[in-house]
Amino acid sequence: MSILLSRHSRVICQGFTGKQGTFHSEQCIAYGTRVVGGVTPGRAGQTHLGLPVFNSAHKAVEKTGADVSMIYVPATGAADAILEAADAGIKLIVCITEGIPVNDMIGVKEALKDYDVRLVGPNCPGVITPGEAKVGIMPGFIHQPGRVGIVSRSGTLTYEAVYQTTRLGLGQSTCVGIGGDPVRGMNFVDVLALFESDAKTAGIIMVGEIGGSDEEAAAEFIHHHLTKPVVAYIAGVTAPPGKRMGHAGAVIAGGKGTAADKYAALERAGVRTVHSPAELGSAMMQALEAPAPRRVRPAHARTAARTVPPVQAAAKRTASRPPARKPAPATDRGAASRKAGRSRKRR
Amino acid sequence: MNLHEFQAKELFERYGIAIPSGHVAATGAEAAAAAEALGGSLWVVKAQVHAGGRGKAGGVKLCRSVDEVRAAADSLLGTRLATKQTGPDGLPVRQVYVEVGSPIARELYLSLLLNRDRSRLAFIASAAGGMDIEEVAARTPERILRVEIHPAAGLAAYQCRLLAFGLGLAGPQVGQFEAIARGIYKLYIDNDCSLVEVNPLIVTRDGAVLALDAKINIDANAVFRQPVVAKYRDPSQEDPMERAASEHDLNYVSLDGDIACMVNGAGLAMATMDLIKLHGGQPANFLDVGGGATPERVTAAFQLILSNPRVRAILVNIFGGIVRCDIIAEGVIAAVKTAGVAVPVIVRLEGTNAEIARQQLANSGLAITPASDLDDAATKAVRLAADRPDQAA
Repeated sequence: MSILLSRHSRVICQGFTGKQGTFHSEQCIAYGTRVVGGVTPGRAGQTHLGLPVFNSAHKAVEKTGADVSMIYVPATGAADAILEAADAGIKLIVCITEGIPVNDMIGVKEALKDYDVRLVGPNCPGVITPGEAKVGIMPGFIHQPGRVGIVSRSGTLTYEAVYQTTRLGLGQSTCVGIGGDPVRGMNFVDVLALFESDAKTAGIIMVGEIGGSDEEAAAEFIHHHLTKPVVAYIAGVTAPPGKRMGHAGAVIAGGKGTAADKYAALERAGVRTVHSPAELGSAMMQALEAPAPRRVRPAHARTAARTVPPVQAAAKRTASRPPARKPAPATDRGAASRKAGRSRKRR
Repeated sequence: MNLHEFQAKELFERYGIAIPSGHVAATGAEAAAAAEALGGSLWVVKAQVHAGGRGKAGGVKLCRSVDEVRAAADSLLGTRLATKQTGPDGLPVRQVYVEVGSPIARELYLSLLLNRDRSRLAFIASAAGGMDIEEVAARTPERILRVEIHPAAGLAAYQCRLLAFGLGLAGPQVGQFEAIARGIYKLYIDNDCSLVEVNPLIVTRDGAVLALDAKINIDANAVFRQPVVAKYRDPSQEDPMERAASEHDLNYVSLDGDIACMVNGAGLAMATMDLIKLHGGQPANFLDVGGGATPERVTAAFQLILSNPRVRAILVNIFGGIVRCDIIAEGVIAAVKTAGVAVPVIVRLEGTNAEIARQQLANSGLAITPASDLDDAATKAVRLAADRPDQAA
């Protein structure tokens, strides 16, 4: 097993005959991805890289049975391409395109709620299940089939984590680059949930960066739902506030979204954090060799082994109570996570 | 991309957002003429720079005669204004905005921006206007009002009323506020903004609601389809290094340190800065040469880095994916040869054709220090930079 992508995935490319689409489709095919065709409006009937070209994603899906689309359409038309793929019935859309106007993505994100579809990106390196298929621009040769799931907001920093886990012989189950834009498809939480239920994934490396609060949301999710060890690195400790650090989403705004906040949230959730990306692989190795007793059990295991305060269960009960009752005091939550933190440190 | 206050107010006027009357001026004489044309007996002369905190920095002057307006404009124009947002060098004042003075009864806050957690636009409002809104949010979160806008439904009338009543407005002010909020929403969408902020939004002593200040940021990804707004760009307000970088399609941000970095990929570039700091050094910049770095871009990047006199060492960190390391190495060698680099260059290349690239660097006869991994590269850069105090000047 793996997540999102396998050797059975049937992939089309939107923006197929363009320079980027051509080059990266070739690379993906060479890696073993089952690319079944492509879309370039107005070029139906042509053959490109030995594969059929269609006028629309709809026609491509109808004729090839594609379930995955990778998008290399330029930023002016990429939001439209995402909508087209969703409407055509594609189940996984991977949008590589960088520089899509944020307001376009707000509409796209809302519209995708009408479809049974997952979006990865935009502005991302893509998804790879080593040894099976790659959909994106990552260098295939540094990967190796294995048991570490990698999820990251950055491209080349993902490659660092991949390269280290390959050299250490851990390999990767699936690597997902969720992209550097402020409004995007899948988030850390979505990918972490898939890795948690994937039998092939033994541990997870998460690479975050400054801006937004997705790492904080991930920390909360890990605390409540994950049993597998997580190693995290956050880029941008030295980034000045208010400056856009390459990625549109990497801006510290109004004192929010700093690396320090994100590290603190992850550490509270029991995540092994590293302050040098060079240590991602070795920290994962250690975590897998000596799995830490999780300070929080997932919901299904919690009733059986209540070794730690059932924070989430308490929160859930609170939410379903009639409004007249007082919510659980905030201090209880704090105490619970502090206690959890202590028990982890004692290890 | 940022706009000046006078540009933002031009847009405000176009969208029916109530503002005090005002004119932009580039000389003392123009400012005096503007004051005469505006009439009245009280004016405000405001320095036009891309930064907040102008009032505290002396960039906003209250004037009670036309002569005072001229003198205030003359004292600001041609100077550099340093606010808490600009750094010590400040930004050049090339224009002032002359506005009629408003009798202020209340100062409110209103902004429209993206709520990233929900992927929707949100209005933020507070009765605590005229203050640092982040501070208000941190210290008295109950004084912050929020409404989130559904992208299909748009801004609803009830949402405007919620904000207006929440701000303590009453009677005709509620309608005036709604017109302002609707104008801001339409302006934001039409012009691909990433922020519209009014601080303060005022209630005058005669009960009118007015936007006293105006701040607009435009989404850099959308400037290509906003030709009108694109004309508002003012390069004089940009960091000269960052401006030069953008001409070469390089992502560059100036920092205060002395170790320059050149990296492919934004995440790895940030990580490289962090590593320099972690090993006791200070990065001089953020520089992402992009996933598709070519020898030409590498050369341009080197020239850019070397134009910063503070630089005492250069760290090149490339993870070759699609980009081949040997191509990068060629670029580094060419740049070091042509630019006559006098500071140590530390190069870490990994990924595609890294071995060939390392051979090329070793055979070049140039004083390039190879590094085996990320930590090694940062350690060497910090040590070599510290060994060269003579380069400090």
